Parts: sequence; structure tokens; C-alpha cells
Amino acid sequence: MRRIGPFLLEPRLTPSRPVVFGVSLAAVVAALLVGAIVFWAYGLSPWRAYAAIGRGIFGSWPSFSEVLRRAIPLVLCGVGLTLAFRARFWNIGAEGQLLAGAVAATGVALFLPAPENLRLPLMFLGGFLAGALWGLIPALLRVKLGVNDVISTLMLNYVMVYIVEWLVHGPWKGPTMRGFAYTDAFPLSARLSYLPHTRVHWLTLVVGLVLAGLVSWMLARTRLGYEVRVVGQNPEAARYAGISFIVVLSLVMVLSGGLAGLAGVGEVAGIHGRLRSPAHISMGYGYTAIIVAWLARGSPLAAVFTALLFGLIFAAGDSMKIALGLPFQITGVFNGLILFFLIGFDLLMFWRVRLGPKGKAWIGRVGS
Amino acid sequence: MVGPAPQVFPLVSMRQITKVFPGVVANERVDFAVQAGEIHALLGENGAGKTTLMNILYGLYRPDAGEIWVQGRKVEIRSPRDAIALGIGMVHQHFKLVLPHTVAENVALGLPGTPFWAPARAVAQRLRALSERYGLPVDPDRRVWELSAGEQQRVEILKALIRGAQLLILDEPTSVLTPQEAHELFKVLRNMKAKGHGIIFISHKLDEVLEVADRITVLRRGRVVGTVLPGETTKGELARMMVGREVVFQHTKTACPRGAEALRVEGLYARNDRGLWAVKGVSFCLYQGEILGIAGIAGNGQRELVEVLTGLRRAERGKIFLLGQDVTNRSPRFLSDLGCAHVPEERIRLGTVPALPVEENLILKRHHRPPFCRLSFLNLRSVRAFALRAIEGYGIMTPGPRAPAKLLSGGNIQRLILARELSGKPAVVIAAHPTYGLDVGATEQIRQLLLRQRGEGAAVLLVSEDLEEIMALSDRIAVMFRGEIMGIVPAEEACPEEIGLMMAGERGVRIKG
Repeated sequence: MRRIGPFLLEPRLTPSRPVVFGVSLAAVVAALLVGAIVFWAYGLSPWRAYAAIGRGIFGSWPSFSEVLRRAIPLVLCGVGLTLAFRARFWNIGAEGQLLAGAVAATGVALFLPAPENLRLPLMFLGGFLAGALWGLIPALLRVKLGVNDVISTLMLNYVMVYIVEWLVHGPWKGPTMRGFAYTDAFPLSARLSYLPHTRVHWLTLVVGLVLAGLVSWMLARTRLGYEVRVVGQNPEAARYAGISFIVVLSLVMVLSGGLAGLAGVGEVAGIHGRLRSPAHISMGYGYTAIIVAWLARGSPLAAVFTALLFGLIFAAGDSMKIALGLPFQITGVFNGLILFFLIGFDLLMFWRVRLGPKGKAWIGRVGS
Repeated sequence: MVGPAPQVFPLVSMRQITKVFPGVVANERVDFAVQAGEIHALLGENGAGKTTLMNILYGLYRPDAGEIWVQGRKVEIRSPRDAIALGIGMVHQHFKLVLPHTVAENVALGLPGTPFWAPARAVAQRLRALSERYGLPVDPDRRVWELSAGEQQRVEILKALIRGAQLLILDEPTSVLTPQEAHELFKVLRNMKAKGHGIIFISHKLDEVLEVADRITVLRRGRVVGTVLPGETTKGELARMMVGREVVFQHTKTACPRGAEALRVEGLYARNDRGLWAVKGVSFCLYQGEILGIAGIAGNGQRELVEVLTGLRRAERGKIFLLGQDVTNRSPRFLSDLGCAHVPEERIRLGTVPALPVEENLILKRHHRPPFCRLSFLNLRSVRAFALRAIEGYGIMTPGPRAPAKLLSGGNIQRLILARELSGKPAVVIAAHPTYGLDVGATEQIRQLLLRQRGEGAAVLLVSEDLEEIMALSDRIAVMFRGEIMGIVPAEEACPEEIGLMMAGERGVRIKG
């Protein structure tokens, strides 16, 4: 037990589900409270600002559908990241993997002579494979050469950003686009359909939900899932048990990168209808998905809900821009605040805090 | 029964000490006193509360109730600094030394009154005087990593003495020593006693407690069971006090015909993590139906040998044959599938996945084979069925099959590992320190399990620092020193002195099996 000021801290070995949920919720609430200070600093009444955001999001079905639209890439990337995090592979590269998927989908849509009804399936397949490849590279680098996964996945994001920039300014620049850095628009057979009155490309959403269920099932019920959990929880024991790291981490990153690649397919085929500058295609979905996966505590099913939460924040960013005249970058502030409080509040999951009686002001070591 | 009081005030007296951790009463109304010029042994199983009591005395914990008196004065000990100021020194089981530094630098670290510049030089002189006075020979200029465990322990004792310790607490001091080194230590302790120091000697080994102590206090489940004089008690009585029931010391080892060759090692060489040779030309044969004990002080290549045999470390030279098949540098999975079980030395770091449930820990290594896995899908029903059988059959105390393994005590973690490793009917069992740190009950059970494996025709390689265990279980005993085998002797012909000499590097008679 430790004592800090008037508080006694007791260690908690295994936090129960309500504790995990409560602590996570408290972190989000704390972030919103600090967000209120940001509004106040802008000269806005925090109460009115949140009310305006609420009206902007929940006012009508088309405006609420923006939450779903934003959540789609977050679900796909987030589910993939929970898988990687379960194996203790720090995939910071969903952004690049998403863009890789977008590039592959564009290639298929514009340049592959394929029958019209096969075009979309091939785009999804190509997007998955491209994301998988972009994820596989750091996995192999780590197992074979011991390269740090955080660094390699992060750096590959920049490589892919510049590949996309080069493509849209160079070889793939659309002749019909009059100097804009766009590719040509996709043919209709390469476009995803929307739910009525929305921009929700429902097919990608369904794919994301199904995959969330599949990955969750895989983790619990298959040999690969078991090996992922052993590798993640105790790599030494995995070695002792003869589990092959190269097989497990390669498969994990193929899936993790592939899912992010699918998200990229959804963005170009659903929203933009063309490849354009990376900042427009992704808006940092791959990075936000890290928080999505973290908040979901490694559970792919929980990632669906946390993705919705961050979809909400993105949609709120839109309505803040329109209703309050704030820059869209404010979403980054909120994302950062939530991640900050999540990591800070993590301590509360493993320590029970209560007010202690006075007169025992000491600090001891925990354990016996 | 309390010993004679040679002086009005005891050196240290702990009265009615109670300490509660969440869910556990670690100490309950414990009375414990040490006189000057006395070696007082504190005996008890793991988890009996010995270390907690001493951590309270050394200021690492505060008691929830009770008083501490030092030389007739009531004191509050809030930190080790307070304890040191009151003349209390502690030698921990795991030494707190900076390995790349010299002996003098280690002693000077944190020592009040040392000059800012060249502190070690100022200390070396005092250190030599102390060494001489107490018969603790150590060269102040040697680097600590070069020293043997026994020498490192001397450094720890000197660290306490130079800080003016009147009372010295030694936590399981013989666990890292050869029998000869232990005798040296006992001599030093008697010498210190003669100079008026009080000594608290924590142990769970009955023989050495009877040999060295003036008084013995036995703790069980946080309470004092009694305080006895060594002359008025027996090993059996002490064990009964410790465990609370009768304990069998003699393991019934039925004669077992030596079977076919199970494991053959020829001229094996391997390096340790720092790239130095740790195993140097080890050769031996292991037969079915026998236990081959590997004795030796920790750090003489046993760990590396076990790792090479289980596929976790590369053999640089030499060959390993398992059931007649050349398995040199094959993967851990290959060896385990072939029937080589491994009870690892670091049971939590290597042998379990603490965050995963007990049932999933029980299938580690066999999770990829039927009945647990078909077509890469796990069969949860057979996993559960196996877990329930294992929990029942091996007496694993767990809240349930879904409880995370980290909630289990050391003994139960070891039961879990043995249940997993032995249930596959292995041909060869490699057990590294299988009872280290376990309580008497678990130790007994695990030794019986190993003997049963032998009876069923398995070949058992038993690596242990506990010479008593090696002598009690083995058919033949090999002794390792600096990566080499000093000799292999039949257990019935071996005596502890001979083994002890080989542990210290004397080459014994090589009786090739």
C-alpha cells in the first residue's frame, strides 16, 4: 500500500470489467471537461458550444450519419490495431497501411481491365494485400533484424504519404483534372453506394463489423489467436513453448495492415472517388485508430464502440467548424486530450484509491 | 521455552507485531527478541511471515500494531536509514551490489562520512581492518562480478558492519553457498557472536538451523508457533512446528532397473548471454528409469546446459541425442513433440503466461495438437476437461480454470507446470530447480512426482542447488563447475563432502555411466 497526501493506494491485481469501463469513461469525461477550457479560451461558452455540437450531430439523420461515415475507417483500422497490440506489436503504421490500400484500389479502379462486376471485389482484395504488405515489412524487420516496430511502422507512414503525393502529382495525375493533384475519377463500377441521404458507404461498414466479430472470435477460439495472446503476454513463455514468432507476427501484421488497407479502399471508393492528397484521404484516421484500439483495451468488439466515439469527435469537428467557426484541427486537440487522460487514468485501474485515516503518513513498498 | 537472558535489555525486541496486507495477515501478534551475542534462527515455510517481520524491523514496512524496542528504548523505524542508525543491518537473499564496481566502491556507496573525491580509497583501509577482525577475507580492489557468491555475501556483511551494525539480519544466507562456504559463513557468524553482535538467521533448512542457532523461533501462517533451544529439539519436531503436521523425510525410492538410453550428450559447448563459454565439453548419458542429479552452485553453466538441451540456446559444438535421434539445435517445439518435458528454472517468466487463465496455461506447448486443437481451431471443451482433471489430479489450488495464473502461489504455479509437462507421458524430464522457494508441502509433492516419473520409466535430469534434494532423489550425481562436469558418481556411494569439493572445482573420480 502507498500513501500520497490524504489518499491511500491499494494495488488491484485484476481490474474487473466495470472498473475498466468506469475508468475509461471517466477519462473521456475528464478530457471533455478540459475541452471546455479550450472553448472558454476561444471566448465561447463551453455549455453553448457543447449544445451546438450536440444539435449539429444529433439534429437530423443525415448529420448523425456523418458519425457513422467517420467511424468506418476507424473501425477497420482500430480492429486491426487491437490485434497487433494483443501481440505486443506496436503498429503505429495504420495511416500508411490505409494509404497503401487506397493506392492499390485506385490502381485497380483506373488501370486494371477487369469485368465491371468484379472491379469492386478486386479493389478490396488489392487494398487488403497492399496494406498487408505494408504491415508485413516491419514485422519481418523486427523478427529477422530486431528493428524497433514503433520506429519502422511510423517511418513507413511517411514513405507512403510521399508515394501518394508523387502519384497524384506525377504519373497518375488525371489528364482531365486541369492541374489539380487528383487522379481521374473512378468509373461508377468502382464506386461504393451510400445509405440514402448520407455518405455512409455501407458495404465497408458491414465488412468492418463482420471482421470485428471474426477477429474477436479468432483471438478466443483459434490456435493463431492463442499464440497471439501468448506472444503478447509473455514472449519468453512463447519461445519456451516453441511458438514461431515469425509466423505469428507476420500473420498478425498481414491482418492488421490488411484491415487498414480495406479502410483505404473504402475512403477512395466511397468518399472521394479518386486518389488525391494523403491529408484529404485519411485526415489521420490511422493515428486516431491507435487511440481507438487503446481505449478498446485490445478487444476488437469494443473497438467498434470506441470507433463510434471517435467518429463522433470527427463529426463534432465538422459542426464546430460550421457552427462555431473553429478550425477543424480542434479534433486533434480532443483526440490528444482523450489519449492523454486514458493513459493517465490507467493507473486507477491497477490501484484502488481511497481516503485514508490520518497519522499513518508513510510510504512503503508493495508486496510481501 | 525461552533461553537465558545474558543482559537486562535484549538487543532488539519486537512485541505483538501485527501486519495485514489486503486479504492476508502476514504477522499476527508476533513476539521476537534477539540478545547481544546470540544467533537467533527464524524458521518457517515460504509465506510464513519471516521476511515480512524482518522487513518491518529493517524499516521497509510499518507494522499495523505492535512495538519495537532497541536496547531498552522504544523506537519508530520508518526507513532502512532509521534501522541502520539504530545498528541494524540486513543481508538480503538477492544481493544489492553494483556488479561492475569494485568491492570498496560498493561499500562506499551511500556510506556517510566518505569524502566526495575517491571515496573508495578512504574506505579500503577500514575495510581491510574489518575483514581481518571478523575473518572475512575480501580484496577491496576486486570487481564484484569477479567474486563468487560466497565472496559477494561477505561484501554484504562488511557493508553492514562498516555501518556499525550491532544486529545483523541474514535472509536465507546459505541458499547460494556450497556446503564448505556455508561452514565458512557459520564460522564468521560464531566469531561475530563472540564479539557481541546479535544475529537473526532466516532459513527453512532444518539441518543448518540446528547446527548454527542458539535459539530457534518457528513461524507458521504469521504466528509464532514456539521458541526452542537446538539441544532440546529434533528435526522432526521442528518440521512439525513449521508445517503443522508430520513430514516424511525419507523418500521411498524403489529399485528401478536401468532402461535404455534416453538422452546422450557428447562434448557439448555453449555460450552464455554475454558470449562467454558457459558449457565446456559436457558429456553424459541419461537412461530410462533413472534420475541423474546435476549438482553445483548457481552460475556454473547449469542454466545454459538446460537451455541447450531444451532447444532454447544454440549448441556451438557437440551433439545431443534424444531417444537415439540427433536433435542438436532442433527447435523447442520439435523436442517437446518428441517427448522432452521441461520444468524451467524461472517458472513465472518462462513457464507460464501470468495474465492468461489457468486452463490456457495448462495447454501451452500442446495447444497445437489434438485433442486441444483440430484444423487450427481450439476445442474449448477438451481444454476445460483437461484443466479440471489436472487441477484435481495435481491439487492445484485455484479459484477456477478461468482464473489468471498470476493469482496462484508459487507452489501452485509449479504444480500447474508439472501437470502440463508430465501429463504428456514424456520420455525425458528436464527439471531445473523444481522445488526452489516452495513450501514443504509442495516440495514433498513435487519430489514424489519426479520419483513417480522415474518409476514409470521416464529419464529425469534434475538440476538443483539443493544438495539434500539431489542426494535424496538421484540415482547418479554429476557435479558442474565452471561449465564442466567434475565427475559423475552413483548416489549411494556419494557423500556430501565429496560432492561439495567437486562443487568447488576439485575433479572427482570420473565414473562414466
